[in-house]
Amino acid sequence: MLKAYLPVLILVLVAAGFAAFAVVASYLLGQHKPTRVKMAPYECGIASPGYGRTRIPLRYYTVAMLFLLFDLEVVFLYPWAVTFKKLGLFGLVEMMVFIGILLVGYIYVWKKGALEWD
Amino acid sequence: MAETRYMTVNMGPQHPATHGVLRLLLELDGEYIVKTTPIIGHLHRGVEKLAEERTYHQFIPFTDRLDYTAGMNNNMAYVMAVEKLLGIEVPKRAQYIRVVLAELQRIAAHLIWLGTHALDIGAMTVLFYTFRERETVINILEHVSGARLTPSYMRIGGLAADVPENFETLVMDFVEKFPEYIDGYETLLTENPIWLQRTKGVGILSKEDALSFGVTGPVLRGSGVKWDIRRKFPYSSYEDFDFEIPVGTVGDVYDRYKVRLEEMRQSNRIIKQAITNMPSGDVIADDPKISLPPKENVYKDIDALIRHFKIASSGFEVPEGEVFFSAENPKGELGFYVVSDGSNMPFRIKIRNPSYFNLAALPKMIEGCLIADVVTVIGSIDIVLGEIDK
Amino acid sequence: MALLIESVVKVIVVFGIFMGCVAYMTLLERKVLGRVQVRFGPNRVGPFGLWQPIADGIKAFFKEDLIPANADKPIFILAPMITVASALCLIAVIPFGDKITLFGHTIYLRITDLDVGILYLFAFASIGEYGVVLGGWASGNKYGVIGAMRAAAQMISYELALSLSVIGVIMISGSLSLSVIVEKQAHMWNVVYQPFAFIFYMVCALAEINRTPFDMPEAEAELACGYNIEYSSMKFALFFMGEYAHLVVVCAVATTLFLGGWQGPFLPGVLWFLIKTFVLVFFCIWERGTFPRLRYDQIMHFGWKILLPLTLANVVVTAIVMAL
Repeated sequence: MLKAYLPVLILVLVAAGFAAFAVVASYLLGQHKPTRVKMAPYECGIASPGYGRTRIPLRYYTVAMLFLLFDLEVVFLYPWAVTFKKLGLFGLVEMMVFIGILLVGYIYVWKKGALEWD
Repeated sequence: MAETRYMTVNMGPQHPATHGVLRLLLELDGEYIVKTTPIIGHLHRGVEKLAEERTYHQFIPFTDRLDYTAGMNNNMAYVMAVEKLLGIEVPKRAQYIRVVLAELQRIAAHLIWLGTHALDIGAMTVLFYTFRERETVINILEHVSGARLTPSYMRIGGLAADVPENFETLVMDFVEKFPEYIDGYETLLTENPIWLQRTKGVGILSKEDALSFGVTGPVLRGSGVKWDIRRKFPYSSYEDFDFEIPVGTVGDVYDRYKVRLEEMRQSNRIIKQAITNMPSGDVIADDPKISLPPKENVYKDIDALIRHFKIASSGFEVPEGEVFFSAENPKGELGFYVVSDGSNMPFRIKIRNPSYFNLAALPKMIEGCLIADVVTVIGSIDIVLGEIDK
Repeated sequence: MALLIESVVKVIVVFGIFMGCVAYMTLLERKVLGRVQVRFGPNRVGPFGLWQPIADGIKAFFKEDLIPANADKPIFILAPMITVASALCLIAVIPFGDKITLFGHTIYLRITDLDVGILYLFAFASIGEYGVVLGGWASGNKYGVIGAMRAAAQMISYELALSLSVIGVIMISGSLSLSVIVEKQAHMWNVVYQPFAFIFYMVCALAEINRTPFDMPEAEAELACGYNIEYSSMKFALFFMGEYAHLVVVCAVATTLFLGGWQGPFLPGVLWFLIKTFVLVFFCIWERGTFPRLRYDQIMHFGWKILLPLTLANVVVTAIVMAL
């Protein structure tokens, strides 16, 4: 079945090749006359106070953590969904239990306020 | 770096949503605004100082360029201030035409506001619809004054010339159709859930704050204060017309939006009444010291020629004294404080620019809001930097 | 060897057509938006402005290629490449027609048929997110960084609901392979069984590809373009192409999963596929012309508190109904 991946490999190569070609070609074709002002970061025409990559609030990190947790659960649903018809009632009950546990976690996260933005 | 807790970002002067060259120094805690410092002056031209070197008539074109979306209104406020100082009576016809033009210009200004405000919130189509209607208004104004943006049409004592013959039909055509167009904008926005989410409860300015910041115009009325110069201190025959003053209740962006939409409808009503009851007669006060003689007389009559030459070259003397006059502009209360030392040039002119006061309330309104709300609120207070920076 | 040749030919043909679609998507969007906004859209370059995308492409190549002084240079260059390459790879598993016979050779109208097709799509779509996030981050610009953070949080939030929304379809079809899913819809489209899933999918997908009303990472009115603010010339164009490629793929996948893919009466499969896809694409352009933009916290709220439970409920209800 690995043969099915051969076209994917070719497509990846073609796509990557196209991206690389585009960047290199524009580098070669375009003009290059950098000045100090031109190279400065755009901040509405005013010299930027401070550095661009400053500290970022923890909020975004929480979202990433939650995503990791829930996405893992979702991935478990995939094989279950594929074989759902074969598993029958057993599969249903088992997955309901699983989703139930997931839901408890979800409610906990909600109540803790991790889903709030302020 | 000493302070690393918050990110300091410049929004403006080169930013698509600050409506000109407003610069805001934002301190951000992630998406939230901790502190806002508006920095103005990028468009400063020294209009007040320039006035001191010009005769009273020569200053009229400068007023066009204050709030460049509302040239007619600016003209009107200025010439009426000088008229008040001179103590001359403007013919009724001129007063009515002024009202028509001012209200047309108010509609045009509000249409720009609506389009750009919606664009800031991401609904880009409204802009093209409002500009389509604005085009009609601007064409009428061009037909009257010869200029689209900077009319300089009003004169001290009246108007530069009478309106063209088909003026009334043009205006009436527009006035008849316009309410439908407003309904059209409303179907796009007023009940759109996303629009409601973005505007309701955002940028609230309480009645007390609005009063203490000296905010005027639709922003003040959006906060629930029924204050309109046209009604409180009627000028230019506004007392003859029947119109409502819309007010908001909460003072949020949505209220200001509703107030301005209703104002357009009311302006429409005023125009209709003014056109229907338009008196006939002269359009400029017959004061040989102030108004130019009719052009045909200038060619034939030596007295008229001298009078024309005198007024055109050195203007006229205004009696010593000082006066304040303010008018209800699309943005708020535009006031002119004129001091005369008896010469043909003003000794001092101080402009009470409404956008400046409205902007002062901005940091208060966006405290603790998100970045996205900053552009929403800026849009809702409808500032023009040409006016703020003078 | 025959497989290799067939694959290469297929890839090059499909890639070429796909690139053409992406290029002309820009024109389509500008034309449709133009009509929505009582104007014409581009109509100066060639008949009906048809050469506009080509002119734009050539222009992009010749523009000055700026890299800001405090940008992270390697990542800055890599980011748009990641976005566009991963977006273009998405086309691999989408079946766009029935098999045809050419020179006594049966050819399936799809690049390949993976038995984990849907997972492949999600995997490559997630790689595309890296481009946006890294691009904003590497440019060393504050607006870029805010855009990148927004992109990161928003995309992963909606990825959850997105992957949940298609589970119903997988349960009905019993396969992750897109070809199988299409074949199973020969009699009835999945959208009939999974109407809510279809709506959820479209909403999440719009958020996933940062389209109005979820275009937070670039919100031009707030962040003055956000993550791609420092990009110029072809690098910007690559981001742009990545975005449109994503849009086409999202609509193509919706067609495949919910609207019966290439199946349809009278017309050839490829045509049906294109019609359905472009109806959805048209919808995406249309709503862009109509809707205001949501605010960032509202988007996060909507994704986590509304879409996530709803999609999960959809899965549960589907499971119960199917088991009974």
